[in-house]
Amino acid sequence: MSAAAVDCAGVWKFYGDYPALRDISLSVPAGRCLALIGRNGAGKTTLLRMLAGYSKPGKGLVTIFGKSPRETDTRQRIGFIGHGISVYDELSAIENLRLFGRLYGLPNPERSASEWLERTGLERVRDGLVREFSRGMRQRLAVARAFLHGPWLLLMDEPFTALDDRAIAVLQTVLRDALAAGRTVVMSTHQLREAMDLATHVALLNRGRLAFQGERTQEMVKDPGWVYAQYGES
Amino acid sequence: MRFIRQVMVITAKDLRAEMRTKEAINASFAFAIVVLLILSFAFEPTEDTTREISGGLLWIVFLFAGTLILNRSFARELPNDCLDALIAAPVPGAALFLGKGLANFALIFAVEIVALPVFGIFYNVRWARQFWSLMLVMVLGTWGLTAIGTVFGALTVNIRLREVMLPLLVYPVMIPILLGAMKLSTDLVAGQPISGDLMVWLKLLVGFDIIFTALSLVLMDTVLVG
Amino acid sequence: MRQKVMIVMLALAAVLLVRNLYTISLLPDEVNQGQIFRIIFFHLPAAIAAMLGSAVALLASVMFLWKKNFQYDALAVAVTEVGLAFLAVNLVTGSIWARVIWGVWWAWDPRLTSALICWILYAGYLILRQALEEPTQRATFAAVYSIFAFTDVPIVYFSIRWWRTIHPQPVFFSKGGSFPPDWSRALLVNMVAIFLLYAVLTMIRLRQEQTQREIDYLRRTVHAI
Repeated sequence: MSAAAVDCAGVWKFYGDYPALRDISLSVPAGRCLALIGRNGAGKTTLLRMLAGYSKPGKGLVTIFGKSPRETDTRQRIGFIGHGISVYDELSAIENLRLFGRLYGLPNPERSASEWLERTGLERVRDGLVREFSRGMRQRLAVARAFLHGPWLLLMDEPFTALDDRAIAVLQTVLRDALAAGRTVVMSTHQLREAMDLATHVALLNRGRLAFQGERTQEMVKDPGWVYAQYGES
Repeated sequence: MRFIRQVMVITAKDLRAEMRTKEAINASFAFAIVVLLILSFAFEPTEDTTREISGGLLWIVFLFAGTLILNRSFARELPNDCLDALIAAPVPGAALFLGKGLANFALIFAVEIVALPVFGIFYNVRWARQFWSLMLVMVLGTWGLTAIGTVFGALTVNIRLREVMLPLLVYPVMIPILLGAMKLSTDLVAGQPISGDLMVWLKLLVGFDIIFTALSLVLMDTVLVG
Repeated sequence: MRQKVMIVMLALAAVLLVRNLYTISLLPDEVNQGQIFRIIFFHLPAAIAAMLGSAVALLASVMFLWKKNFQYDALAVAVTEVGLAFLAVNLVTGSIWARVIWGVWWAWDPRLTSALICWILYAGYLILRQALEEPTQRATFAAVYSIFAFTDVPIVYFSIRWWRTIHPQPVFFSKGGSFPPDWSRALLVNMVAIFLLYAVLTMIRLRQEQTQREIDYLRRTVHAI
């Protein structure tokens, strides 16, 4: 039986002695799109960063495709979009993608980079320096960077926040393609509407605890605030 | 080998980014020249005094100018959260250390190479009599500074007073290697070859470099991920 | 229980020290140095205690990085802080001795110079801790720095000694020389007393760290509400 894409078993995360995450048990099989919702400070970013391998749990175990997130194989399979765009201002779009292509050991970094510049609509500014890009362009490049190496698991922290329309469209297309290809997506979001569109499952974090996890229902699509009302303290 | 490729990619990235803005290296050049100038006002550069202090003076200049570049090294990863992307990539901490270390080394060494002739002019010193030995000492000493400075740069990247904290932590650790480098440089600039007594200092430099490079390679992952 | 152990140790140390002071004051003046030689009975144990402390700090740091248990972090900072205090005693007594014997407050004696550099190294440890707020990051980074500092200590000692050998300077108590037996006994007793004192102070500091962590926890809990 193949391992779940994401598996958290009894995970706690402490800052000093304070538990930011309490007893999180969560399993995301491959191919799913999980929307992680919750108030500010509920622990969404903490959880996502732990899944991405940026920090280790205080108690419990996190496995990605059955292995530790920090193993080289696993890192190869994860794509992460955090709050920052994680591309270099002083380099051009193509230079950035080429750089990450090489770091990820892609067989043909140049071709992959060009391909993703096209998919994110940036091929005309491939030689432009990122510091001259508009906000939407920067975010599209961030998407390109995250998807460049064909990750099996996408971890995204509020990816739709402050995106312009074009960037939203690009991200939704790219995500749909990825999900259609059997990839797994876990994204935290405030933008309930865009999230509910794509999500197959929903999980609500409240003060470090998982208050709810389950399939996305029609009620949630019709009224994205329904989950909060039912399970969270708003 | 993939490891070496990754190191080269990171070194190239740092150097390319620095060459686009030239922020750190210009500041470092300027600072080196200013410090050389000010130190020349601090005392009468007669031939005897210059001969005695040349090594010490050079390495003070190298240390200060190098700190500017080391400060920038991890700081340049902060905007846009680029450090996150580097940590998430399947790059071993050791490769990140070597990649950034080599880039820092190249930049600091470039400043030193320029500072030497300026020193020669301001202080009226013929410094190139033991040129290759002097280069060897500079390479060893600068690598020691780079190794410590790169790891500590990662340690201090998120600290409030980073520009002060980095030299504060690096300089004391550097004292042994500075002693050796200064002593060797003084004699080399005066034209003496490395021999006898001085060999011990050279061994110290090599030993220091090996020990701290090894330690840095091992601990870099811990610093990055915890 | 712990408090009782501490009090017993403290009492023992006090008794030893007081009795030893009496013994030391009875010793005949040293031929070359006069009264001031007595300072060695504090100067030397302080240095040795600090050295042992730095070794404990290294072990604690490595253990923390391995096991992630914050008790080790607390031990590392406690032992380093107390060690800094004892090293300062070492430096000050050395300086006083130098003033009396050589007429200068500081003479770049190799052992004192190395001690000074080590003091600065470990002071850096404390400054680094102060600058890091998040407890896990603070403990991790401090542990890494502690390992670097400890690795540097022998290199510092060697390089300073070599530096001073080429420019010979007066050396503090060439220890290769003869230590009369009544000195050795007094020295040993003082060492035990000072080690006990070190242990007690470390335990007090450990307790302080634990209390601080509890306060931090409560503070964060309150803020989260």
